[in-house]
Amino acid sequence: MNLVNIFIEAAFIENMVLAYFLGMCSYLAVSKTVKTAFGLGLAVIFVLGITMPINWVINTYLLGEAGIFKTDLTFLRFILFIAVIASMVQLVEMVIEKFSPALYNSLGIFLPLITVNCAILGGSLFMVSRDYNFSESVAYGLGGGFGWFLAIVAIAAIREKMKYSNVPAPLRGLGMAFILTGLMGVAFMSLLGIDPAAF
Amino acid sequence: MGLLQFVKKFEPSKDKKFLHTLYDGFFTFLYTPDEVTKDGVHIKDGMDLKRTMVIVVLAMQFCYLFGTFNIGHQHFVAVGQFTGYFEGFHLKIAYGLIKLLPIYVVTMVVGLGIEFYFASRKGHAIEEGFLVTGALIPLIMPPDIPLLVLAVSIVFAVVIGKEAFGGTGMNIWNIALLSRVFVFFAYPTTISGDEVWVAGLESTAAGSAVDYGWAHNMFNYLFEWFGWSTFDPGGAVTDGFTGATPLALAYQGGWEAVTQVYSPTQMWWGDIPGSIGETSKPLIIIGALMLLISGIASWRVMFGMIIGAASVGLLLNVWGATPFMTVPWYFQFYMGSFFFAMAFMATDPVTASSTRKGKWVYGFLIGFIGLIIRILNPAYPEGWMLAILFMNTFVPLIDYMVLKTNISKRLKSA
Repeated sequence: MNLVNIFIEAAFIENMVLAYFLGMCSYLAVSKTVKTAFGLGLAVIFVLGITMPINWVINTYLLGEAGIFKTDLTFLRFILFIAVIASMVQLVEMVIEKFSPALYNSLGIFLPLITVNCAILGGSLFMVSRDYNFSESVAYGLGGGFGWFLAIVAIAAIREKMKYSNVPAPLRGLGMAFILTGLMGVAFMSLLGIDPAAF
Repeated sequence: MGLLQFVKKFEPSKDKKFLHTLYDGFFTFLYTPDEVTKDGVHIKDGMDLKRTMVIVVLAMQFCYLFGTFNIGHQHFVAVGQFTGYFEGFHLKIAYGLIKLLPIYVVTMVVGLGIEFYFASRKGHAIEEGFLVTGALIPLIMPPDIPLLVLAVSIVFAVVIGKEAFGGTGMNIWNIALLSRVFVFFAYPTTISGDEVWVAGLESTAAGSAVDYGWAHNMFNYLFEWFGWSTFDPGGAVTDGFTGATPLALAYQGGWEAVTQVYSPTQMWWGDIPGSIGETSKPLIIIGALMLLISGIASWRVMFGMIIGAASVGLLLNVWGATPFMTVPWYFQFYMGSFFFAMAFMATDPVTASSTRKGKWVYGFLIGFIGLIIRILNPAYPEGWMLAILFMNTFVPLIDYMVLKTNISKRLKSA
């Protein structure tokens, strides 16, 4: 039950994009069509779901006082986390290039840039600061990734629908995307305040 | 057609942009414009945007009538005068008007002002998109809403929620709900809690004074002249009055706590504190039927919502961990604004899903999420506003998915 709670909380209540505004760069840049947004969203779910448990293992057994070195090496946390994330992103990139060259081309530079997607590193750091255990960190990674996926696919669909709208000239493009994100944040506030653990 | 000739005399020349848009707006209010498509196999009906909107506004009139009465009635029940339905009827109506008219006027002036401004700036005819929105907004506000807050919320909703998106029919989120959600998050004390749902009380504590403002004096002169009863500025809140809405009671003590204060019949007919137009269920259902018969609202969305809400209600009945969860699922419909949201908010053809399957999904999920928010979320007393905004976010995605699955299905069978 606890794992389900963490998943729901990460996906809807504390949505990476709409509650913490993490990972905005690729969220705004790749959300022009649903198809690419879908691909990037899946990639983020995968990377978050894989890096979170790996980072948990590193954080606990390598860096912590209880780890194999018996010293507090947490100052290395950022570097190691980023290294793990970067290598995972390389893996994803190779897989996508092999199996879907079209998606690979449309994602362009934003695929390798998942490495510096703040949602990924942010997720790992949230995991540390909240003292999750291994299975909880898996649930949190998948939930956070799913929330990010949902947000980017929803905004991509909205932007696709708005292609024919007569938006005032100064707001076209990114300006409108920011307004959309803000209003989506308001809509996602509907679930804010639900405490799954209370039941 | 004497009137038509008379009105046409006033038509300003087309060079005077602002005046002409203004004229055009009011002209089409009375008559259909000349340039209407008349022939063609695809034309089923001469129904244009304006007729659609007028029907929606007409469907809301019952809510307005009852809302006017109920503002006064709840107030007088709170101060312990004229507690019968028809006692002091003139006072209740007068008090309802004192409260409702300024809200309505402010809504219309601010909203239409922005609409006219943008129409003349963009150089197109006035789109009366605000007619419906402006009729909905007063109904979903508490009677004591400060007019300045109301005006700010309407500016936000119309400018950010509609004009930025390209005008009428282009918005993604329901504009009336955006204005309410703005008040809800920016000025929470004016729209939540037990204090705000009964008008004209300084506080809901027993013995606190009533606050009529200046306008009641006018009515007092009039009523004295007729020899009728008048407003009594010395009144005070009676003992035992709480001002709590059924939802607030149900959250604390379940269905028993509700029925100690309000009877189910009373809730059904709408004799409860709440937003101005949301309380009377039968009158809303009449409005909903009008919308269904004229084909404006979608029955799929409505049924989807009922099924969604009922299924969550049943599930939580089985679970039953908090008092609110044990409220029988069918009584969930008696409380709060389910029917109002179903009839007028969720079915908005612009923000609702436009595919048939999508409508079912959209309606069902609103019912589902709305009841979850109402029952499980201690932060918000009622869920429909937020559930509808939440699902509006996903409407383009739902439509996209339905289209894609349809395309791939037909490709397969081809």
